[in-house]
Amino acid sequence: MAAADSNVTVRSSEPPKLHWRSRLRDLRRFREVLLNIVRKELKVKYTSSVFGAVWSMINPLVFLGVFTLVFTVVLHNKVPHFPVYLLSGLLAWNLYSTSTTSAVRSVIDNANLVKKVYFPREVLPLASIGSALVDFALQSTVLILFMVAFRYPIHPENLVLLPIAIVALLLFTCAMSLLVAAINVHYRDTQHLLALLLLVWFWFTPVVYPSGYVQQAASKHLIFGVNLWHIYLLNPLADIMYGFQRALYGTVSAVVGGTPKQILIDESVAWIFVLLVGVSIGSIGFLYLTWRLFFRMSGDFAEEL
Amino acid sequence: MSSFLTSVEIRNVSKKFRLYKEKPSSLKARLISSRARAEDFWALRDVSFDIEPGQSVGLIGPNGSGKTTLLKMIAGILRPTAGSVVTRGRIAALLELGAGFHPELTGRENVYLNAAFLGLSRKETDAVYDDIVDFAELPDFMDNQVKFYSSGMLVRLGFAVAVHVDPAILLVDEVLAVGDEAFQRKCLDRVRLFQRDGRTIIFVTHAVDLVRQICDRAVMLHHGVIHSEGAPDHVVRDFRLVMLQHDLDYATEEGTKEVEIVSAELVGGDGASASVIHPGEELTIVVDLRSSAPVEDPVVSFALHDQDNRFVFGSNTSEHGVDLHGLEGKRRVRFHLRSLPFVSGKYWVTLGVHSRDSSRVYHVQEQRYMFEVGVGEATTGQVFIPVDVDVEEL
Repeated sequence: MAAADSNVTVRSSEPPKLHWRSRLRDLRRFREVLLNIVRKELKVKYTSSVFGAVWSMINPLVFLGVFTLVFTVVLHNKVPHFPVYLLSGLLAWNLYSTSTTSAVRSVIDNANLVKKVYFPREVLPLASIGSALVDFALQSTVLILFMVAFRYPIHPENLVLLPIAIVALLLFTCAMSLLVAAINVHYRDTQHLLALLLLVWFWFTPVVYPSGYVQQAASKHLIFGVNLWHIYLLNPLADIMYGFQRALYGTVSAVVGGTPKQILIDESVAWIFVLLVGVSIGSIGFLYLTWRLFFRMSGDFAEEL
Repeated sequence: MSSFLTSVEIRNVSKKFRLYKEKPSSLKARLISSRARAEDFWALRDVSFDIEPGQSVGLIGPNGSGKTTLLKMIAGILRPTAGSVVTRGRIAALLELGAGFHPELTGRENVYLNAAFLGLSRKETDAVYDDIVDFAELPDFMDNQVKFYSSGMLVRLGFAVAVHVDPAILLVDEVLAVGDEAFQRKCLDRVRLFQRDGRTIIFVTHAVDLVRQICDRAVMLHHGVIHSEGAPDHVVRDFRLVMLQHDLDYATEEGTKEVEIVSAELVGGDGASASVIHPGEELTIVVDLRSSAPVEDPVVSFALHDQDNRFVFGSNTSEHGVDLHGLEGKRRVRFHLRSLPFVSGKYWVTLGVHSRDSSRVYHVQEQRYMFEVGVGEATTGQVFIPVDVDVEEL
């Protein structure tokens, strides 16, 4: 728009309609801004701390320590190679929660830019996701370290789930990030609400406890004639976890203390793949709606701040 | 870019802001606060004008007249409540000191961030980076964080980036006032170069002399509507008039104040304060001076300008053999203008106190006082000449 030579920009009182193709071109043109803001956020986050980027890796290690203590020592809940199981889901969860937590404040934290410089405002929540992706990459080295240490076997046939799981996760994360960032400009309650929502959501998503347990337990219940397990599948993040866990951890059931136990959900790789394709398509629809909302509202961000 | 296309089109633009006594930014506050607590404020009402490519337009007006709001709409930061703004070509906007800079980043990183906002890729920025640093005169500070920069350094860097991104339209809001004089001159040189290149420039400023100096057109906003528009001289005039009516402290002043003009008054023939005078009547300019220490040989002078800012008449104490040698304490100086040969119109009075050779300026009040010559007898032309007519039978 404004930054292209011999390009005409019209701004009128009509609330702008999202033409996603041309908007995507605008965003492409401003990719330098996105990269620069990600760089800025990482630098601000790490430069004045002694350990810098190491903090990103300490976070999953502390989670791991605490949950290992509680689950395997106190509750005697034996999941073989628990660190690999936990991290395979936790890293994906962290990407989602770090992105949305930072996106919700992204517009108001950059008020000085929004009020004084023109650029597509979508860049701000996207930059939050960008810097969360860097954390994700750093934290992945912790998982890889554990897999190497345990000489953990990788099942190549399960790995096909990894790309589609990442796509579904990113689409859903983008959609949620745009939504909370836009609403938080009007209603600052959103950030507090999000923190609570993420806490509840975390425990309703099989990250710490084995997803196989949920399937076994929930399948036995009916709510209004609907299998509780099917309702549970409506949680897109749970579905995404099944993908990550099957791809990286891959042990569907194991013999623990002499009795066989189901650890991951008892479905085929193809079934999970189809599920994740469904989640991705649903997320694209959700993303379109939240993007439209964000785009409509973004024209007035400068005066709302 | 085709020359027959306008660079900026502003069509019936209005902008409404909601002013909250205390802005409700949470759900609870929004629910309990009645709508009555928010007031509508129209920052702009039905403003329309076009800017041709290559024009330099000065946007002036008192504080709160809507200049900055309009500039922000041209820049794309605000959306009009009604009407539309059309722009053609890349816009570089310098809206505020340090806008688009992040304090934690170094000068170098901020150049890249800023250039990215203005639409430059990393490669394109690499190509002009050295020129930017050169222009800003900050080669030794590029690896320092911007939070340690002075305001002058910030302006230099901001301006340097903006003029190196090859914009078709440059928007400047009052930021140039911060830099030192040498840098200001450099910026003005660059602005003139831009004008020669045929780029469009829009200034928002209170420095009306700057507008007269470099703009080919001025637009004055007042209470959100266009008050006057056209040749800079003419618009600056109208601006001065409005400012004088609203704010007596407005006029530009300078000087060492060794001798100070405490007050001044324009008195008509009847001895009362005059604002409207008829052609041929007399006018007295009364100037009260004060000085705390003896000042050698000060000279008091006055100058009159008409509404097209033409100098029409001026005189001083020394021309009339009045000696103020060793002035100390308070003095009242009266200039009796016995008959004003002016046709109807508005006239501005500049008062000054300076040394005899004008090397020291003690106090100057530029065009601070105004009087109006009303239509007495029907007159047209440049000057008023008292005429008696008689008819003789031959």
